[in-house]
Amino acid sequence: MEKNTNEHIAPDMFEFAQKDAFLHDEKFKTKARGYFADALLRFKKNKSSVVAAWIIGFLILFAIFAPIISNYSVNDKDVVYTNYPPYIPSIAKKNIGMFDGSYTLNSQSEMQLASLRAIGEETGMDPVIKILETFETHSKYRGQDRVSYSYRVKVNSYFMEGIRTLVLSYEEYERIQQFQNETGIQVLYPMVEKTDIYVKAKEGADLSGAADNPNIWYQCEDLKGNALLDADGNRIPAYSTNQAKTYGEYHSQRIPSDPGNYIYNFVKSGSVQVRICYYNYYTYKNGHEPSYIMGTDTMGRDLFCSIGMGARFSLVFALIVSAINLTIGAIYGAIQGYYGGAIDMVLDRIADVLSGVPFIVVTTLFQLHLAQKVGTVPSFLFAFVLTGWIGMAALTRKQFYRFKGQEYVLAAKTLGASDKRLMFKHIFPNSLGTIITSCVLVIPGVISSETSLVYLGIVNLSDFAGTSIGELMSQGQAAMTTSPHAMLFPSLFVSLLLISFNLFGNGLRDAFNPSTRGTEG
Amino acid sequence: MVKYALKRFVLMLTTLFIITAICFTLIRLLPPAQLPVGDPHADVVRARREALGYNKPILVQFGLYLKGIFTRWDWGISDKLYLGQSVGPLFISKLPATMLVNLYSIIFSIPIGIILGVFAALKKNTWADHSISTLTMVVISVPSFVYAFLIQYFLSYKIGLFPFVMKGGTDYFSPSMFVSMLPAVMSLSFGTIAGFTRTTRAELTEVLTSEFMLLARTKGLTKRQATVRHAFKNCMVVIVPGIFGSFVGILGGSFIIEKIFSVPGVGSLYINSINGRDYPMFMMLTIFYTAIGLVSGIVVDISYGFIDPRIRMGSKK
Repeated sequence: MEKNTNEHIAPDMFEFAQKDAFLHDEKFKTKARGYFADALLRFKKNKSSVVAAWIIGFLILFAIFAPIISNYSVNDKDVVYTNYPPYIPSIAKKNIGMFDGSYTLNSQSEMQLASLRAIGEETGMDPVIKILETFETHSKYRGQDRVSYSYRVKVNSYFMEGIRTLVLSYEEYERIQQFQNETGIQVLYPMVEKTDIYVKAKEGADLSGAADNPNIWYQCEDLKGNALLDADGNRIPAYSTNQAKTYGEYHSQRIPSDPGNYIYNFVKSGSVQVRICYYNYYTYKNGHEPSYIMGTDTMGRDLFCSIGMGARFSLVFALIVSAINLTIGAIYGAIQGYYGGAIDMVLDRIADVLSGVPFIVVTTLFQLHLAQKVGTVPSFLFAFVLTGWIGMAALTRKQFYRFKGQEYVLAAKTLGASDKRLMFKHIFPNSLGTIITSCVLVIPGVISSETSLVYLGIVNLSDFAGTSIGELMSQGQAAMTTSPHAMLFPSLFVSLLLISFNLFGNGLRDAFNPSTRGTEG
Repeated sequence: MVKYALKRFVLMLTTLFIITAICFTLIRLLPPAQLPVGDPHADVVRARREALGYNKPILVQFGLYLKGIFTRWDWGISDKLYLGQSVGPLFISKLPATMLVNLYSIIFSIPIGIILGVFAALKKNTWADHSISTLTMVVISVPSFVYAFLIQYFLSYKIGLFPFVMKGGTDYFSPSMFVSMLPAVMSLSFGTIAGFTRTTRAELTEVLTSEFMLLARTKGLTKRQATVRHAFKNCMVVIVPGIFGSFVGILGGSFIIEKIFSVPGVGSLYINSINGRDYPMFMMLTIFYTAIGLVSGIVVDISYGFIDPRIRMGSKK
């Protein structure tokens, strides 16, 4: 053994390497990253989920602001402009083929085209946007070749409404005149009489079979409505000058061609019958021109506003449902998972029985039993809650089984933590990420079933929310052939919402998945 | 395995019985459908309800109901939609339409789904895989009635390929009937195809990366042999029960698709019975749908055991 030669070194010969500082571990320069920050980081790497999150944000903004910025409320119904295509006057005037309220009319005869032109001639708003195609037909008529044409026409459906006959009270009639004076917009048009239109028909002939169309203001050569033209090829006005039939003095602007003796109403007992240009009448009624970004639905409501209202309901409803299900499911699953054994089994059986009842049956029974007492929406909510929490409970239970055997739980138990504390302070926070994620994935499911049930007519939400996406869709489907937009926009909204919620939820799930933790960033 | 199956079956029957009892009570407690004031039939309706036992205690009514079902296969008499007709035969007459539409749909969509899934898994992380996966995601998220709208609008209305709604009548196997069913079949198929594609892809990619695949390659199998003999077999453990489940599910059908395409099936019968307040019909269909749900659950679980010996062994412990 070697002898220690350093045994007798005096202590004062030692010297500190660093006299003025203590040695200690270096502090982490990086910031500690928590569980959620870590998940967020991984979530951001998933491009499609981030896009989905943006889309969700946009759709939520749409739901909040669409009903506010719309000119209309969900209760504004128009009786004439129902299922009309998207139309914004300022954009329509630019004629770029968008928002022009256009609708394609197939196989219009020459006469039909002429009557469309006549509407434009009278009201100054030509419904014909474009003639898309002209078809030529040759036929033999009494041995002679005859050529007839038919057209495919793109029309502005708002202008096509033209003139309508209305019966108004005297006060209303005065108000319209006043409106005309103030704005210069011609609402009232001179009256016409059948006897003036069909001048060529024999005296005392039966005119009941003649075309009865408020848009005919010109003389016709036959009862079908073919216009009688003068030498220059112009229509001959058939406005009535029969002062005996009119009420009161007309003291508002007259149409340009009026020599001053046209009458603007017919007296009806206690009221007046008038011809109004519906587009301008609408302006008079609503204070602005019709302007529907997404068109109107079957009840003449603004689809833009209606979808917003429906979306508000769907989103809030889905959020409430998933929050309630999260709470119930978490508590139920925590008890199941923590205690295990007989309690677990009994609770599992109960959940089994409940989950065996088909959802549609639950909804129906709740609607039939409770809707009268507590209202449609609460009973709908109960239906979702009754079976909705089961999935959440199963998930929580699984998480509890995973964590409850771990050492830190045992340690806390040894220190005397109560069951409640162990469950909700120690175990539950660990499973929170997974549970919240599945909560997000519940939302599209809720929206989808809510829409379906309303669509099927089992639940009727229109009293509560004004409207709902499912209702809009079912109306849209009924009018699919004439106005596809009424079906397109609600479907598009729901599809977009569900796709982005699913993408977003999947992204969250992957981000919170512990097995991918720490693999990146 | 048999013991397990039996146990599950008994449990299922118990669950079904409890649900039936609860639903029966709730449905019988409902007030009768409102008649207009001064309706001359009010007395008749009251007498009918009395004769049918509506005024007895609920428990007695339930006993009578079960007795009717078990002894005479009598599910009650429709009291609104098909007044006076027996519910059972009516229901049976609606089954073929629903079953055929759903059967065509799954026969058509399961192979396509599996093939797409396998293709995506084998070409993992290529553009083909990405586009299939994205499409699957989109198709699964969008509710089936949106496809129904699209198909009805474009194929039926714009192109005029199919009729708008399903043909009436009972000639279920005539060509014109088949064509008129196609829109409904297609609308149902999208979801099924996407579901099977997703499951197959997920399962197969997992199996392909597992270690026994490496072993198979090292012992000299080509990639093709290893995939067909080892990977597919393992992947089928998950897919086949899904197929069984879909086959049980064809009885149930889809409410929305049946409504949109006017399929004269069970789904429309159910919706009509709710909207028309036809409670005996509603009761029977409730039992039917509950049973379908429970049976398909059991079939899926048990078929796992039949297909995979590992699960069978595990249950013996």
